Amino acid sequence: MSKILVIAEHDGARLNPSTSKCVTCASKIGGSSIDVLVLAADGSAVAAQAAALAGVGKVLVAENAANVEPLAAVLAPQVAKLAAGYTHVFGPSTTFGKDMMPRVAALLGVGQVTDIMAVDGAHTFKRPVYAGNAVLTLEVPADAIVVATVRVASFEAAAQGGSAAIEKVDAGVALPSHTRFVSRSGATSGRPDLQTAARVVAGGRALGSADGFKIIYSLADKMGAAVGASRAAVDAGYVPNDLQIGQTGKIIAPELYIGIGISGAIQHMTGIKDARTIVAINKDGEAPIFEAADIGLVGDLFTIVPELEKQLGG
Amino acid sequence: MRRIMVGVKRVVDYNVRVRVKPDNTGVITEGVKMSLNPFDEIALEEALRIKEKGLADEVLAVSIGVADTQQQLRTALAMGADRAILVQTDAVVPPLSVAKIFRQLIDKEQPFLVLLGKQAIDDDNGQTAQMLAALWDRPQAVSCSKIEIGDGKATVTREVDAGLEVNEVDLPAVMSVDLRLNEPRYVKLPDIMKAKKKPLDTMSLGDFGIGDAPAFKTVRVDPPPTRSKGIMVKDVAELVDALKKKGLV
Ligand SMILES: Cc1cc2nc3c(=O)[nH]c(=O)nc-3n(C[C@H](O)[C@H](O)[C@H](O)COP(=O)(O)OP(=O)(O)OC[C@H]3O[C@@H](n4cnc5c(N)ncnc54)[C@H](O)[C@@H]3O)c2cc1C
Ligand SMILES: Nc1ncnc2c1ncn2[C@@H]1O[C@H](COP(=O)(O)O)[C@@H](O)[C@H]1O
Repeated sequence: MSKILVIAEHDGARLNPSTSKCVTCASKIGGSSIDVLVLAADGSAVAAQAAALAGVGKVLVAENAANVEPLAAVLAPQVAKLAAGYTHVFGPSTTFGKDMMPRVAALLGVGQVTDIMAVDGAHTFKRPVYAGNAVLTLEVPADAIVVATVRVASFEAAAQGGSAAIEKVDAGVALPSHTRFVSRSGATSGRPDLQTAARVVAGGRALGSADGFKIIYSLADKMGAAVGASRAAVDAGYVPNDLQIGQTGKIIAPELYIGIGISGAIQHMTGIKDARTIVAINKDGEAPIFEAADIGLVGDLFTIVPELEKQLGG
Repeated sequence: MRRIMVGVKRVVDYNVRVRVKPDNTGVITEGVKMSLNPFDEIALEEALRIKEKGLADEVLAVSIGVADTQQQLRTALAMGADRAILVQTDAVVPPLSVAKIFRQLIDKEQPFLVLLGKQAIDDDNGQTAQMLAALWDRPQAVSCSKIEIGDGKATVTREVDAGLEVNEVDLPAVMSVDLRLNEPRYVKLPDIMKAKKKPLDTMSLGDFGIGDAPAFKTVRVDPPPTRSKGIMVKDVAELVDALKKKGLV
């Protein structure tokens, strides 16, 4: 039987939805038991949220002042120690999980599976390679602990309604002081979160400037959508880096994605492939984004976008 | 000698539209353009800039790969690396083994900084830097978009989902670089000529006591699922109609 440990992602107060996706992925392994590990300075609020996820057996809480910020070098030795007795350790394929999980795997002396997109068996998984241009099915040796990150866009959130027991644990390992958190700056925009939003409006290089990008924000606000961008738009400084979608940005799976003035480079498309409906607006009818679009409209975005916003109003 | 070690991997060029082999054993690499992993070019560029600021004496490029990886190492030398090591093998070497090889080279070369890419764009693993840092028991700074080398420590800005995070790490450390860290320089013809005379040592996997067994078994490789053909609309009114029909607005 598989005993799976899911590492919770959180900001000290709220459990990140990525954790619930990991629980769903873990539940695809037949006959498994699933525990969640919360590493925090004060884990009570987050543990309660984890305990409410359906399918979770137990929530382990490792409290330590050093866990106040998610530093991989500090968290990984604790995870590696607490992984004893488990057959699988899962973390999300977010920057949090990608930072920490390979460090955990190396401490346990095993390889790591990146970006599980489907579970074929307790040791057999599918994952994207080559920016999503190929899907690899791989098998982890049956006697090895499976350390993996879960591609959150590939799994639904777990249902609420669980009532798992909460248990305090102590890894009892020495923690390094060689890595220190200094600060974090992010766009607390008040808009829906790009990774979990049902609708996303994304803009590309064609917007021309930070000022030009305002019509994207305006349309998104009208639709209650999150704002995303291509790498070109981020690199040109129109929007901050946390809005980037794609191979090296965020992988999203909204109900609706509208790409505006984005050509559709493979590195961008890999981030939106799981969108239920893809809409493309581009003045070039030959732009590659139209190959993947469910609905395409050829034309100048600077006339189309304000018009679209107007026609949606009402 | 204040040394920076840079990992450079030979990968299918990022402009190539990769196709899966008909027998589902892998992707077609025959006759396909190969390049330095784009992130590794950025790692190398950063190492060169640190050296040019007088904060390092030598930049050492290391690659694990097939014999033809010499081409990519010559490119690295032409960009400005002082020396290169090729650990030659035809095997696919997984990140943990790559990290183990780097770990052994660190004992020999004593770098104060190891710069790797955030991910190799073939397998998209994004693991090697973190694994190496764990094996070495040193700090890791993943997805750096800014690196400032100080006295015995460094301040790094990292790209995270929430925006940007600043960390301070003691040196030596392992860092992986993101695309926005810098713009790699172009290689000029005289540099290519000069690079031919720079030292490029070849070693084998056996020198590291590392076998060539893969960490995981490849069961099969498939093309990604295709999306069904979409429709083109002629104006905004039709677009709004189509969205309404799907219940999306
Ligand atoms: C290793 C690597 C990783 C990468 N990772 C990512 C990633 O994660 N995400 C990402 O997005 N990119 C990524 N890229 C970059 C990617 O290859 C493309 O360069 C980038 O996506 C292009 O952005 P764009 O579509 O906005 O710009 P462009 O390709 O310049 O396209 C602009 C489009 O706007 C259209 N246009 C211009 N004016 C108008 C107008 N007035 N009205 C309507 N349409 C107009 C044009 O027809 C064109 O199609 C990566 C590249 C590399 C090498
Ligand atoms: N075979 C290799 N040779 C040299 N460097 C490598 C190799 N594999 C990985 N690396 C380094 O590790 C980084 C991350 O690779 P990966 O973990 O495979 O995504 C790459 O960008 C390189 O800097």
